[in-house]
Amino acid sequence: MRGAKAIIETLLEEKVEHLFGFPGGSVMPLYDEFLNYKDELRHILVRHEQGAAHAADAYARVSGKAGVCLATSGPGATNLVTGIMTAYMDSVPMIAFAGNVPTSLLGNDAFQETDMIGVTMPITKHNFQIRSPNQITATIKKAFNIATNGRPGPVYIDLPKDIQTNEVTKEIKDINIRGFKPVLEGHPQQVKKAAEMILDADWPVVLAGGGILISMASPELKQFVELVNVPVTTTFMGKSCFPETHPLCLGVIGMHGRKVANYAIDNADLIIAIGCRFSDRITGDLDTFAKNAKIIHIDIDSAEISKNIPVHLPVVGDAKNILKQLLNVLTTKIKKGNTPWNEKMKKLIKECECNIDIRGSPIDPRKLMFELNKIMRDDDIFVTGTGQHQMFGAHFIKRNKPRTSISSGGAGTMGYGFPAAIGAKVAKPDSEVIDLDGDGSFAMVIQELATCKEENIKVIPVIMNNAYLGMVRQWYELFFDKRYSGVFLNRTPDFAKVAEAYSLKGIRVERDSEIGPALKEAYKHDETVVIDVIVKEEANILPMFPAGANNVDMFGGCVPEKGKLFPEAML
Amino acid sequence: MIEAKNRVKHEKKHIIGILVDDRPGVMAKLSGMFASRGFNIDTIIVGKTVQKGVSHIVISLVADNKTIEQLEKQVNKLVDVIKIIDLNPEHSVVREHCLIKVASDEKSREDIVNFTKLHKAKVLDINHASIIVEIVGSPEKVDSFIELMRKYGIKEFSRSGINALQRGKSDN
Repeated sequence: MRGAKAIIETLLEEKVEHLFGFPGGSVMPLYDEFLNYKDELRHILVRHEQGAAHAADAYARVSGKAGVCLATSGPGATNLVTGIMTAYMDSVPMIAFAGNVPTSLLGNDAFQETDMIGVTMPITKHNFQIRSPNQITATIKKAFNIATNGRPGPVYIDLPKDIQTNEVTKEIKDINIRGFKPVLEGHPQQVKKAAEMILDADWPVVLAGGGILISMASPELKQFVELVNVPVTTTFMGKSCFPETHPLCLGVIGMHGRKVANYAIDNADLIIAIGCRFSDRITGDLDTFAKNAKIIHIDIDSAEISKNIPVHLPVVGDAKNILKQLLNVLTTKIKKGNTPWNEKMKKLIKECECNIDIRGSPIDPRKLMFELNKIMRDDDIFVTGTGQHQMFGAHFIKRNKPRTSISSGGAGTMGYGFPAAIGAKVAKPDSEVIDLDGDGSFAMVIQELATCKEENIKVIPVIMNNAYLGMVRQWYELFFDKRYSGVFLNRTPDFAKVAEAYSLKGIRVERDSEIGPALKEAYKHDETVVIDVIVKEEANILPMFPAGANNVDMFGGCVPEKGKLFPEAML
Repeated sequence: MIEAKNRVKHEKKHIIGILVDDRPGVMAKLSGMFASRGFNIDTIIVGKTVQKGVSHIVISLVADNKTIEQLEKQVNKLVDVIKIIDLNPEHSVVREHCLIKVASDEKSREDIVNFTKLHKAKVLDINHASIIVEIVGSPEKVDSFIELMRKYGIKEFSRSGINALQRGKSDN
């Protein structure tokens, strides 16, 4: 069997149905072989390799299966890098393939050669260079094992051209990886201790991260939350792991999170952190974060324990398993019923309702969020780029089903949204996929309109067009005395017209009354529709706390300042 | 504030053994991780083991307990790493090898050779202007021998870095 055929056969064995890619010299044998597998394996041709990586990433986030992307050597491979790094930061299972020069030329600076093993080293969970066709099957299988098990992450595989064309003579069978044995079950003693701490706590809060989504632990989380009757806040990566319309959901925590969530963490006496890594955007100042609380940290990656925040009780393992173990211990012991703490929290959650219909011209971004909340069904998928619009989404958009909120959290990658929406749609074709994007972010990946058109993939990019790189502008306004440097985009181009140039529908929205109808029209249409929403130029996403500040020192936003809605008596 | 707190923590020398898959690029992965996460390694050596396909890496560094804990966890996360072994001197044999080229003349030669004998070191090369001495021992012994030779003028030296092996059990 030819190497190229072995690659595809192994992908099929790993249940790969879709891959995103862009061809070039060093992967031509593989592309040639695709023609023989048209029914089993759909190759989606993107218009830039970064798009392939982001699409594969979002495909994984939506489906839970590893996403696969493919590029040629040299510049093709390096164009994947931003996407690989994005997946790495958010623990997304992804297999990134790129071609390379034939093994005989490796290290000779041959045409389009790049040392991708070196380049991807710090941004992958692991990487491989296949140096013989005999290694193909075992290596790809190992890569899928590593990418999807334990704390997931991207794995890069280098495919020199000759291993694609040469014959497999003696296939290597051993797929055992000595150094890779993730701990899945929580230690029973630690689980018991956690249960005791939970029973002892008066003001507990759950801090749920992306790990809940990764381990598909949302049902267990809901069971746990309802049993213990404890308020829940999610990290940005954990958004959608717990229904955001639930009476115990505090919403997203952090720099642009909801005040009620940050206050809850600040006043809690116990934080049950599950599958999160206490990033700086969540904690703010490490010394004041959760200063009154003991912390239980449940995570599959022991290196996250006490990395940023010292924790009182670590439980290492898979979130779903540990929640089940906790439920087993707690079910017989727990006293049900409401406590003054969760009554208080439920009341605050209601009063902090962030879904407000703000009328007027120019359009307030919050009005756009209001309209998006109105049209999106629970099964639809909400994707964003990076910037102000992303944080508006995090704060205001309500998601109820797991894996329906997709965004680049750790990396904060501009240009993630649109190709990610394409990947999400391929993974879940029956759902509508909304890409809430920025005028800056969308322009970075605008060429993927051709992918939508030619591959017949329908997504709905909704551009929150404020004529600026809004988040950077906001920081210049707040922290640099309004000296705007390099942030004015001046609404070039006209995105609706660009859509038309790709033979797609584009709608420009300038009045608040037009948002709803435009969204409805896009929902009905069977091709991609770009909605360019002209919003207020200098609207800020508030509330926020400045980088490194105490997270209760949030300013702005729809909720009264500390001491009004959040009386000192809570402390 | 945080940095200040970290600085107060007391640091000590640690020796860690790492069993890894013997594949090209493993050292690069390890040292790349050390560099990107800001771990400052004093010595690192690598060699083969009794097991085929497995290499033994010994690193030594000065750090506080929190840093060591993070370092070990980050090392463990690397897929090529099979196992981490605590090689601190309480339960390990720790040795270092050093070659020293000392300036010598008629007058000093005998002194140097005597010191060498006293330290159970070896003279490997001798000529009119210098002597090369080989010394093997604990890093402290190597330190003190180098200190002793300074008086005569050290032209150059090359230290192997710390090597170590756990006492007793050998279930690795």
